[in-house]
Amino acid sequence: MPTLKTYKTEAIVLKHIDLGEADRILTLYTPNQGKLRAVARGVRRMKSRLGGHVEPLINCSLMLSHGRALEVVSQGQTIESFLPIRNDLKLTVQALYLVELTDAFTSERIENYSVYKLLLDSLRLLAKVRNAEILFRYFELQLLGYVGYEPQLYKCLNCKATIEPVQNFFSTSGGGILCPNCAHTEPVVKPISVDALKVVRLLQRGDFITANRLRLSADLSRELERIMQGYIRYLLEREIKSTRFRDRLKREDTEIAADLGKF
Amino acid sequence: MHLKYGSAAEPVSRLIEEFHKLPGIGPKSAARLAYHILRIPESSARSLAEAIIAVKEKIVLCSVCQNLTDNDPCAICQDTDRDHSVICVVEEPLDILAVERTGQFKGLFHVLHGVISPMDGIGPDDLKISELLERMKAGGVEEVILATNPNLEGEATAMYLQRLLSPLGVRVTSLARGLPVGGDLEYADEITLGRAFEGRREV
Ligand SMILES: [Zn+2]
Ligand SMILES: [Zn+2]
Repeated sequence: MPTLKTYKTEAIVLKHIDLGEADRILTLYTPNQGKLRAVARGVRRMKSRLGGHVEPLINCSLMLSHGRALEVVSQGQTIESFLPIRNDLKLTVQALYLVELTDAFTSERIENYSVYKLLLDSLRLLAKVRNAEILFRYFELQLLGYVGYEPQLYKCLNCKATIEPVQNFFSTSGGGILCPNCAHTEPVVKPISVDALKVVRLLQRGDFITANRLRLSADLSRELERIMQGYIRYLLEREIKSTRFRDRLKREDTEIAADLGKF
Repeated sequence: MHLKYGSAAEPVSRLIEEFHKLPGIGPKSAARLAYHILRIPESSARSLAEAIIAVKEKIVLCSVCQNLTDNDPCAICQDTDRDHSVICVVEEPLDILAVERTGQFKGLFHVLHGVISPMDGIGPDDLKISELLERMKAGGVEEVILATNPNLEGEATAMYLQRLLSPLGVRVTSLARGLPVGGDLEYADEITLGRAFEGRREV
């Protein structure tokens, strides 16, 4: 009988889909092999020892072996379960957004330790920070940098002039800033305010601590979201699906708040 | 698709194709099933085909609980011995069978026909949630038991339903998230064990 080579790895479970009667295919993000897909057998049975360790959003330690098409999970142990996130609907949906972006911007078996670290740190932060919006922008800019889509924020994409502190333009098609004189040179541009550019630069440098101390106005926060969503949608050529439910929850919250205000 | 089973006669390859569309059936199993059908007596094959047609023609969703039924409202919803003030919300019709087997629950059900799965783009509007809210509006419901699966999607769905139902003044409960019978404590994952502590009770 051929011996199956098993190996141990840490992983964050990005998602799962049901397979057959009681199995699931997991999409994992690992520190040394990047994204991997693995079969976890019997995990949908109530008595499965593995099931609770390989739910989405869990950081776990796994024993894997090479299967024919996919890896096979033989053992698993939770390292961090992010229970505060799991116990809160809004946080769960926000975490799924981070996970969905990671899945969308990475390919299987391409090592990218920075992405692993970013996702793990961001899940930890999500359970703690008071302003999740700035965490999303931080995550988006860092992730885009790690996978090769870092926007150019200091020199005009067209004339290469240093960007001045005036209203400039963000080009989704060009992936960076255009000065007012060159705004017409790319097909899809959005105005970007001086403040928004400052925040984006701060986040791109990776200074989450300083960024998290900022008190962004609702307008500035919306501007940043629109710019990043536009850029991401352009790069992926599709919507990030989990934003639909996230936005619905937000909308329902404002409606509930408005209803309460009436009394 | 036809080319894939090109070596089989057309009616056979068509049958293989149909089996292949079923959940959990790969190309090999599909071929095995098709050749099995070829070998059984014609009467058996006819009875299978008729059974398939019959479920499509006679089974509808119960207009009250959304369960599959050949009688609308279904037998459970019509049963006056059951407690009509308690509704147990489940993901799929098969979950009703599991709850019924316990013999512990005497209330009514509501089948969502799925779960909220944000990453797949499946939201509240894709489930039978508005139908549940209609039942609330009709009145007489005192408790809703959320019995979705204890996984990420099931829990997200339960949390969403709780948001909708709590303001309506109805008692919302969920099944105890505890340790599975027959398991060893040392193998329990952190989430299950954590929830089991939350749900501990006097002995
Ligand atoms: Zn320029
Ligand atoms: Zn019914």
